[in-house]
Amino acid sequence: MKVGLFIPCYIDQFYPKVAIATLKLLQNVGCEVDYPLQQTCCGQPMANSGYEHLTGGCNENFVRNFSGYDYIVSPSGSCTLHIKHHLHASNESEASSIRSRIYELTEFLTDVVKVSSLKATFPYRVGLHQSCHGQRGLHLAQMSELMAPPFSKPAQLLNLVDGLDLVQLDRRDECCGFGGTFCVTEEAVSAKMGKDRVADHLRHGVNYITGVDVSCLMHLEGILKRANSAVQVKHIAEILTATV
Amino acid sequence: MNQLNLDHASAAVAFNKDEPRVDWHDETLWFVRTKRDRAAAQLPEWEQLREAASQIKNHVLSNMHDLLAQFEENAKRNGITVHWAENADEHNAIIHKLIQDAGVTRMVKSKSMLTEECHLNDYLTRHGIEVIDSDLGERIVQMRKEPPSHIVLPAIHLKKSDVGETFHEHLGTEKGATDPQYLTEAARQHLRDTFLTRKVALTGVNFAIAETGGFVVCTNEGNADMGAHLADVHIAAMGFEKIIPRAEHLGVFLRLLARSATGQPITTFSSHFHRPRPGQEMHIVIVDNGRSRQLGRPDFRNSLKCIRCAACLNTCPVYRRSGGHSYHSAIAGPIGSILAPNLDMKLNADLPFASTLCGSCSNVCPVKIDIHDQLYKWRQVLMKEGYGPGGKTAAMKAMATVLESPSLYRMAGKIGRGVLRFTPVLAENRFNPWYNQREMPEPPAESFRDWYINNKKA
Amino acid sequence: MTSREKILANIKANQPDLRPLPEQYTFVSSFPDLTKQFIDVLTFVGGRALVVPDYAAIRADLQAQYPNLTSVATTIPELADLADRTMDVSDPHELADLNLAIIEGPIAVAENAAIWVDEQQLPQRVAPMITQYLVIVIRQSTLVPNMHDAYKQLKVDTTGFGTFICGPSKTADIEQSLVIGAHGARSLTVYLLP
Repeated sequence: MKVGLFIPCYIDQFYPKVAIATLKLLQNVGCEVDYPLQQTCCGQPMANSGYEHLTGGCNENFVRNFSGYDYIVSPSGSCTLHIKHHLHASNESEASSIRSRIYELTEFLTDVVKVSSLKATFPYRVGLHQSCHGQRGLHLAQMSELMAPPFSKPAQLLNLVDGLDLVQLDRRDECCGFGGTFCVTEEAVSAKMGKDRVADHLRHGVNYITGVDVSCLMHLEGILKRANSAVQVKHIAEILTATV
Repeated sequence: MNQLNLDHASAAVAFNKDEPRVDWHDETLWFVRTKRDRAAAQLPEWEQLREAASQIKNHVLSNMHDLLAQFEENAKRNGITVHWAENADEHNAIIHKLIQDAGVTRMVKSKSMLTEECHLNDYLTRHGIEVIDSDLGERIVQMRKEPPSHIVLPAIHLKKSDVGETFHEHLGTEKGATDPQYLTEAARQHLRDTFLTRKVALTGVNFAIAETGGFVVCTNEGNADMGAHLADVHIAAMGFEKIIPRAEHLGVFLRLLARSATGQPITTFSSHFHRPRPGQEMHIVIVDNGRSRQLGRPDFRNSLKCIRCAACLNTCPVYRRSGGHSYHSAIAGPIGSILAPNLDMKLNADLPFASTLCGSCSNVCPVKIDIHDQLYKWRQVLMKEGYGPGGKTAAMKAMATVLESPSLYRMAGKIGRGVLRFTPVLAENRFNPWYNQREMPEPPAESFRDWYINNKKA
Repeated sequence: MTSREKILANIKANQPDLRPLPEQYTFVSSFPDLTKQFIDVLTFVGGRALVVPDYAAIRADLQAQYPNLTSVATTIPELADLADRTMDVSDPHELADLNLAIIEGPIAVAENAAIWVDEQQLPQRVAPMITQYLVIVIRQSTLVPNMHDAYKQLKVDTTGFGTFICGPSKTADIEQSLVIGAHGARSLTVYLLP
């Protein structure tokens, strides 16, 4: 199966190690992965700010880059959700087809590849931050508000990692407060939400905070660093490819 | 009321100056959310109930005209006088006239978010009518000349010491008293006297039944009943969307309402009014005030399904950390943020942005309003209509130009990373709010794309 | 054009195409023991429940609970001897100093401990709120599992007013601290006859 790797802009620029881990992980589970070189951004920064009407250029570029793959996979729930809900282009049939073929990394691994084992070791206490767009938008995990049976695709994968001790948080799916441009336009609430989220993980003695969205992790990392905390963030792809 | 003129973000900055108090506010409301979770978990059919409620309300929106006509006919037959108000002014004027007709200058009023929306108290006060709010929380904020900060828990932003001070000043309770039992007893005595002496009582309406021409009012305190049953004139004010087709549909809504609101199995009193008692007058004021306009917006009409349980406020991580007053609108929180722009786009353009779009609100909503999707859609409408802050459109256009062009994007990336890498002080300045409480990531030497090109062959 | 006509015309112009009512809007609740469920919930909401064999047991408990209480009224003939006044007054304000009201509830709901009363039980609508203490006598045979069952049996407009009462009046408006006895009755005791 031929996979087009979609690396969101801020991962490309600031967290290439997450993209590298994603590429390795997909190759490890037997995918043929291609990274289209002219890709940029899904358009979400404009759209969530109320300017979806300015995302036409990003959409056209996205369709140009990602036509023809069996699957498009991305290490970001948020960007995947944006494409799934809002990608429209002059070639609408192709856009529609892309909307149905794009997957967030962990759901691709559990639902399409059906990964049942991983050669990964990560002997640490880890807290999982359930990023909202992945969880409530893409249903990567059961939502605490719904009265329905629990499941978590990211946790299912983390439980395949040797030595990893996944903690239970007090508030298992509270938003971290990143929220795209919300993180600067509503800085006071955004930072407070991030601090509270970090505190929940720290109360449970984690060594690492992981998640499926680097944007949330960047926000939490910024708060950890300002507090000179030894706790680090790692995208789930980095943990699922970790070796001793 | 003191309408705060700050936009949500600025008001939230002020609210966050006292961090322990923010923590307290957050924990208090989170506790209400957990009570809701426990109550909902006790019903195996919870999600089916939400679906049934949602579908009944969808039917109501689509059959509004006939249901209202049916309700009016039946209510009249029951001896209830029905009034129609196109907007807040007409609503206020109708109520003022009814009070004048009763020959009195005082009224007792139980909770009604509609009268908050219409600023009824202000209007009546200006016209020489004294209004006393009888819900304890509303009475507290009324004494303090504040608006309610929450639909169901109007004084949730206050500590018991605040209430103690207010009651000391207004009710003569002991200075420094903070015992909720003692303070509630003082309010009970004060309001009991009010109930016994007011000839006109106003209540809200939780549900109006088209089939029977009656209406249901839910309270825990019994204040709506005390007011209405002791008054010569009972006025009930309702937004027209409160209509439901048949009494049997109440089974769905009363099972959902209190569990969603406070985690109670049902409110203490769920009172069904169908006819005035002998010698009493009963009036219903049916209000539009922009609702028919909202009904015509396909993307936003579902907001009219709201039953005012406030579950979306309790679960909202932004509401819990910014407080109800930061929404500068009668109805705070996520639901308020999708209702308010319909009333005034310019004044409320900031509210749909007071959200991370986390989606928790939509999941707790007992009538399944797609609240977070509507927040996203209001953002689009408001920016297209030109209600964005100055400079935002230009910045967004510039960003779009860079992000839609692979070459400009790569150039900007190189510069951006370079700037961060070698002169972090440039980005780390007071103009970038990110840095108030957070660091930026260490910029890497190369982008993933560069790495991929260099390593692909290897 | 009157406001009524304008509002209704705008609604007609703006309402979406007709959508049907759902096929399912009632649900079945199965509790192993309706009485136990009712009592558990009533206790949870701050009420007191007592299963009793007959009116003599009710009388005995009331005399123990409220010794020497005056300004007591009841609509139940079997307990008339406990009353020193009536609720059947023409002006509801006359009930301002009512201490104890003892009434019957024709239907009670196990899932939420709500008891329906209407003007067939209430000589004055305000009685169960204005009284300091409230007692409702129900029969276990009239317990229904949930609200859907209650509405199937009820005709809500048989009289001009009816209400579901669940526990004593309460408020948590001061810092979410639960206080029993807001504006309505300060306590609710429910006796369950067979």
